[in-house]
Amino acid sequence: MSDVAITPRRWKKPPFIKRAWLRWTLALGAALYLAVAFGTTDVNWTRVWDGLPRGQQFIAAFFPPDFVSRWDEIVDGIYESLWMTVTSTVVGIAISIPVGLGAARNLAPAPVYYFCRGILAVSRSFQEIILAIFFVKLFGFGPFAGFVTLAFATIGFYGKLLAEDIEDMDPSQAEAVRATGAGWFQWLNYGVQPQVMPRMIGLGLYRLDINFRESAVVGIVGGGGIGATLNTAFDRYEFDSAAAILLIIIGIVMAVEYTSGFVRRWVQ
Amino acid sequence: MPVAARGSEKEWQRRETPVQLAIWLGWLVLVAIFVICWQLISEKTVWMFVWDAHEQAGDLGSRMVPPDWDYMSRLWWPIWDTINIATLGTLLAIILAVPIAFCAARNTTPSAAFVRPVALFIIVASRSINSLIWALMLVTIVGPGVFAGIIAIGLRSIGFCAKLLYEAIEEIDENQVEAVTATGASRAQVITYGIWPQVLPAFAGISVFRWDINIRESTVLGLVGAGGIGLQLNASIMSLAWTQVSLILLVIIFTVIVSEWVSAKVRHAII
Repeated sequence: MSDVAITPRRWKKPPFIKRAWLRWTLALGAALYLAVAFGTTDVNWTRVWDGLPRGQQFIAAFFPPDFVSRWDEIVDGIYESLWMTVTSTVVGIAISIPVGLGAARNLAPAPVYYFCRGILAVSRSFQEIILAIFFVKLFGFGPFAGFVTLAFATIGFYGKLLAEDIEDMDPSQAEAVRATGAGWFQWLNYGVQPQVMPRMIGLGLYRLDINFRESAVVGIVGGGGIGATLNTAFDRYEFDSAAAILLIIIGIVMAVEYTSGFVRRWVQ
Repeated sequence: MPVAARGSEKEWQRRETPVQLAIWLGWLVLVAIFVICWQLISEKTVWMFVWDAHEQAGDLGSRMVPPDWDYMSRLWWPIWDTINIATLGTLLAIILAVPIAFCAARNTTPSAAFVRPVALFIIVASRSINSLIWALMLVTIVGPGVFAGIIAIGLRSIGFCAKLLYEAIEEIDENQVEAVTATGASRAQVITYGIWPQVLPAFAGISVFRWDINIRESTVLGLVGAGGIGLQLNASIMSLAWTQVSLILLVIIFTVIVSEWVSAKVRHAII
């Protein structure tokens, strides 16, 4: 038909970052950072090498997991963790609702907005362990300190997501409710709440799951729960009991995840 | 109130009666569980210690101000270590998470009967064990220091990254995969040209998001000896140097807020 010369050009995958200078700067920066980071982290390779056989023994000590000899303590710890998880999730979410409403830009006036965002920032900045150290000092050892820690951490997590969800909502629905002459609370209840509710129930269950996992570590610094039992097991070098505890934690997390997936599908 | 009744006749009701009752029942059960759990916790609590908490807080607060600004000169190095733990740990995690995610996703797994459950178990195990517990174990194996922290963060993050990534893989557009397959592409080519470009933005977002979380997590690894600013925090708490503690807490807040800002900017640019 035609004798148009087809230029033999191979197709190339388009790059992820389109601007060439940005791509090269980022690559160069990353390479530079990696070089410096690896250069400055002093890893004691002989210690690591020495540790490997010890690690093997350590892992071997985990098997077989011993559920029997510390069973009573384990059951106590698990129950305590579960109580802490439930109460802290409920109280944390209850407190985070007003804070989250205040931290939504389309709902709250500027002073309230900055105040609530400040609470969320502080609550989110600190890892649960740091909070737990201080709450154990204030409230004494035991599950109450763990409860306060987890509730406080829940506020930051849930409040922030609630605020973002409210900011992303469809304003026309809320406006329609307002146009009927609804008061502020009615507007909240009929215009805002139905839009954010399904996602928030899912996130509440997710936080329940997180709180259970975190309750396993607040015990290390004295906050009660299964973490205390786990820490004792490590301290006594009863690694087989520790393995049993870790397996139980994994099992419960799997169960919670499965149930929460089921509930989420049912809600949505 | 919306006009629900005119005279004695009901005009509008938000939900049908059985649904309304079910919701009430749900609330009742929830409240009952909460009250029982609260009761059990309260039995194990020494309330005397709780009631004098405000005195303790006031006491601690007065010891913590003003922060010991001179101590800052000795914090730069731990901060650098903390950032390295988070970054290198995230890097390790994403390298390991990619193959696991492809094994766990229903549409790319080589075998749904054998490989998928194993991959899912790895994901759950990595997610359920806190990085502090990983660090606790790793410090005894590889010795205290930054290396244990990097591995701990890496192992903890595999589950998170792999879970979000495999969910992203399961949600891809199958038409594109089919189109690439129709050209006679091999399995590896299908993954590179049909699947990978679709999940790349999600993947980049997940990595940055996890990096931001890891900065926060790596601030405490030092408490069990795994390097970073937690070592300094632990030392200051142990020696009751509360003015140093307050400075360290301020530094942690600042670092976390900056990392959150960076991660939000990057995610915004990608998506």
